Amino acid sequence: MNGIHDMGGMHGFGPIPIEHDEPVFHTEWEAKAMALTIAMAAWRKWNLDRSRFAREQLSTFDYMQFTYYERWIGGLVNLMVETDLVSVDELESGEPSKIMEPPLKGGDVADMLARGGPVNRVIDAAAEFVVGDTVTALNLNPSGHTRLPRYARGKVGEVIAHHGAHVLPDSNAVGDGEAPTHLYSVRFSARELWGASASPRDSVTLDLWESYLEASNG
Amino acid sequence: MSETGKHVHQHGDSDPHTHLPSEPALRVKALETLLVKKGLVDPDAIDALIETYAHKIGPQNGARVVARSWVDATFRDALLDDATAAIASMGFTGRQGEHMIAVENTPRLHNLVVCTLCSCYPWTVLGIPPVWYKSEAFRSRAVIDPRGVLAEFGVTLSEDIEVRVWDSTAEIRYLVIPERPAGTEGVSEIALAALVTRNSMIGAERDLGGDTSLTLGSGHNDDIVMGNRHG
Repeated sequence: MNGIHDMGGMHGFGPIPIEHDEPVFHTEWEAKAMALTIAMAAWRKWNLDRSRFAREQLSTFDYMQFTYYERWIGGLVNLMVETDLVSVDELESGEPSKIMEPPLKGGDVADMLARGGPVNRVIDAAAEFVVGDTVTALNLNPSGHTRLPRYARGKVGEVIAHHGAHVLPDSNAVGDGEAPTHLYSVRFSARELWGASASPRDSVTLDLWESYLEASNG
Repeated sequence: MSETGKHVHQHGDSDPHTHLPSEPALRVKALETLLVKKGLVDPDAIDALIETYAHKIGPQNGARVVARSWVDATFRDALLDDATAAIASMGFTGRQGEHMIAVENTPRLHNLVVCTLCSCYPWTVLGIPPVWYKSEAFRSRAVIDPRGVLAEFGVTLSEDIEVRVWDSTAEIRYLVIPERPAGTEGVSEIALAALVTRNSMIGAERDLGGDTSLTLGSGHNDDIVMGNRHG
């Protein structure tokens, strides 16, 4: 979706808010927001792509008003309601309608984190591109989830790495399956992306799925 | 609005303030209470997750990876060839580090990592991202004005140094290997790790000093940020 989250290349956000002696968490509630989000994911009612999409679907106004962990909590609450883990009545009353058994126990946390969730998959389809190929990022404007930023659409770059097939977020975020697709690192020159005022030496490299790309004659 | 954590919290100030909890603090407390009461989350899991990222998983991990790459050429080659496996060999695996790539700075090349679409970050080696990495300013500007961004971090690059920006659009996570500081020949791997700052492993810092008091840049809040970095 062409949302506010897709902010690469935008102007107007001011200087970088560099904080010295920054703690890992500024407040207890931020730490809790992080932990609740990860713990609730253990129910496996949604995947990481869907949780990112949930944050993107916050209203533009909320997205900009919310701080980072408020976005997490905002996305989490919506996901819990959508998947019937929590009802609106329960959120309003604070009283559960039934008691359940949490899938993630304190003793499981270290193993769960160390396992992670690899997204590489083996597929039969041969890769369409090889390292060194010139490719164009397609001008795609889906209303759903995608990881092709606006600033790269229609731009020409060079494949610098092939990573095999990875789960496709566009599909996985909306329950249409993992649809593993070949993934490439594609390097775009800064001038291709931003025009003649950009440094001639600089570049931006993005990890892009094959379905975002087409062969370029350039 | 000033209590939401967006702005830098003032520590030890004498400004008048209220003890009324912030709105998000109340909301999260209410949510936590309901989720625990319903049996959706185990409070011990919440504690374990916070403890892990406050003390166990953080930039001290990445610093050890970088230091080893400086002293062990075989490890460096393995790291550049298959960072996921090389980093796993040091015990750092899992969530938000499942697919790692290490990119090395050189005298002619500087790497900078960003996630313009959200806040993707190599948690296994750097822990939780700092506020600036997650900020709209960094996410918007790193790709269009990396040199301007770097200048705000005090890194001024001449035009003959190439800047490579890596936008973390998939599940591949990037670790920048900064250059080894001059004059550190013979320094132990553990002492070298103490020179490696978090920001340098994102690319927001370039020249690491040889002064061991300048550990991990923003890491003076040692008990939280550094955890058991020598452990």
